[in-house]
Amino acid sequence: MSPELVVALLAATVQAGTPILFATLGEIISERAGVLNLGVEGCMALASFAGFLVCHQTGSAWLGLAAGGCAGALLAGLHGLVCQVFLGNQVVSGLALTIFGVGLCNFLGTPYVGQATVGFQQFAVPALSELPLLGAVFFRQDALVYLSYLTPVAVWFLLWRTSLGLGLRAAGEMPAAAAAAGLNPLRLRFLGVLLGGFLCGLGGAYLSLAHTHLWTTSLSGGRGWVAVALVIFAFWRPGRAVAGAYLFGGIMAFQLRLQASGTNVPSSLLLMLPYVLTVLVLVLSAARARSAHGRGSAAPAALGVNIEPEG
Amino acid sequence: MKQLSRTFGALTLTLALGLALALTGCEKAADKAADKPAAPAAQGPRTGELKVGFVYTSPVGDAGYSWAHDQGRIAVSKMEGVKTSFVEAVKEGADSERVIENMARGGYDLVFTTSFGFMDPTMKVAKDFPKVKFMHCSGFKAGENVSNYFGRIYQARYLTGMVAGSMTKSNIIGYVAAFPIPEVIRGINAFTLGVRSLNPKAQVRVVWTKTWFDPALEKDAAISLLDVGADVIAQHQDSAGPQEAAQQRGKYSIGYNSNMASFAPKAHLTSAVWNWAPLYEAIVKEVREGTWTGNRAIWWGMDKGIVDIAPFGPMVPKALQDKVLAQKALFVKGEDKVFVGPIKDQGGQVKIAAGVKAEDKDLLGMTWFVEGVVGSVQ
Repeated sequence: MSPELVVALLAATVQAGTPILFATLGEIISERAGVLNLGVEGCMALASFAGFLVCHQTGSAWLGLAAGGCAGALLAGLHGLVCQVFLGNQVVSGLALTIFGVGLCNFLGTPYVGQATVGFQQFAVPALSELPLLGAVFFRQDALVYLSYLTPVAVWFLLWRTSLGLGLRAAGEMPAAAAAAGLNPLRLRFLGVLLGGFLCGLGGAYLSLAHTHLWTTSLSGGRGWVAVALVIFAFWRPGRAVAGAYLFGGIMAFQLRLQASGTNVPSSLLLMLPYVLTVLVLVLSAARARSAHGRGSAAPAALGVNIEPEG
Repeated sequence: MKQLSRTFGALTLTLALGLALALTGCEKAADKAADKPAAPAAQGPRTGELKVGFVYTSPVGDAGYSWAHDQGRIAVSKMEGVKTSFVEAVKEGADSERVIENMARGGYDLVFTTSFGFMDPTMKVAKDFPKVKFMHCSGFKAGENVSNYFGRIYQARYLTGMVAGSMTKSNIIGYVAAFPIPEVIRGINAFTLGVRSLNPKAQVRVVWTKTWFDPALEKDAAISLLDVGADVIAQHQDSAGPQEAAQQRGKYSIGYNSNMASFAPKAHLTSAVWNWAPLYEAIVKEVREGTWTGNRAIWWGMDKGIVDIAPFGPMVPKALQDKVLAQKALFVKGEDKVFVGPIKDQGGQVKIAAGVKAEDKDLLGMTWFVEGVVGSVQ
């Protein structure tokens, strides 16, 4: 592999990993607050359409991005309503959310299929893009990719360096203790779900606004499910989420390039690689979580458990 | 209270789920008359209104495969005494059987099912509705009231290959391929033979996506080909993702299904395109006159005008245009020498001997790549 090919592979890795990174971070916030949201795929699908539609109508990619985020938050809010207010089962509600989100996206989006939009275009960051290797890989991308570099830091800061973050995590670990400390765990959980949905929405909007610039239904293509799996791989930590998202994106980009370079490996095997890898890391993480030094790798204690009202 | 809110939660859930399912299963077209009895036997010339139904696998708005079929339907709907309707975005498999059966039950005289995956559902429904006539596209099964049809799009692929072979400077042409089935493999082979007819040094690199329509993945696949040095990108899928990738990198592209110039005006050299109208009009006319029969395999080419190439982009030199148009004139005359030997496979072994023309059944079952293709056939 020539140096140029390696650079191209790494740049493609970043692009493929970005939507998954946004969604994984969103799901980390939601699960840290104690709410399992299996509707990530639905949030991404609906957001990819909302982002496209608003950008298409207004011509503003940033408005489109905001719309995508809001669509994700709105759909996640529905999940919050079902689970937090009406105490519905989180797994069932999340699955319904995926079916609903993808269905709604297909229903609303069908008349627009094939239409193009301007969205976000790639631009080089002055000075940084001249760095050897790193410049070409990380700093000749689009604005959303640059945003994705800051997001893990922001999520980490929110969860571990602010009192709001402490409250969110308390709501996910032991809501009763949070309540005893004078916090409102229900409200905190709702906030976590909305924030999480917003980030999933950004991931969805990335697909239509920055990646394809072209509307079609089913853009999310299973990326939401990968994000759900990567949360476990990441041990609910933003830093490891970056590694997971780029690992998955990297394998995806690598297998296409392996085909393009003219190898004789059956493509069915290569296309399976990213998913095989996902299963593999899940198994490994589960094993590690059970081992002695895995204390920091366990799920939030009250994840998926609804807060029952008194009486 | 707790009990009540639980019940309400479950209710909300059920409602959301039901709504979601209703939305996914949504069909746009007008096959409402599902309860009407089937039409009476149509022997001899048909009088009265002829009802013709079309089943598509993707939305028609995609300027792709189903859009091309729908252009044919629109032409048919303009014929006198013909009423058409369609159902789009029908999933292959069990879903499609229900849609096809609805049409048969709804008093349709003739139903076109336009995707390979509709083959078995079509055969099954046809057995239950012997008086309805079925036309299945791109398959190989037929029956008393079923015929299959397709077009020799490989002729158009050959012409687009000539363009690609002349325009490449790196002698590497990328081909974003859908599924490894004979239809796609035949297209890649014809394209490659076209490429090598004008540029024997060029090679065609294949990346499979195993998708018919996934713009994100198909664009990524095109980029991976551009990364390894390809400077012309051809494709089989419906999405314009590969076109966009080529334009972004300042390289060339070749479209498929319909004229894809609007997606990448700076990159688009030409496209291999469908024109189903002549075939659809002829079939409807047969049914009207009572001359239609089942058990046929109809495979028309450029001579009947059902496949063509899109207008050339401004960057294609006049001399090359003339060369391609001269070859096209031969196809239009009915002279088809695309798969005339000697043709070798990837390993250099002669698969079609010198002077021999491959038979249609060999073309329909083609599972090997010609010399010049780089990539795995699986």
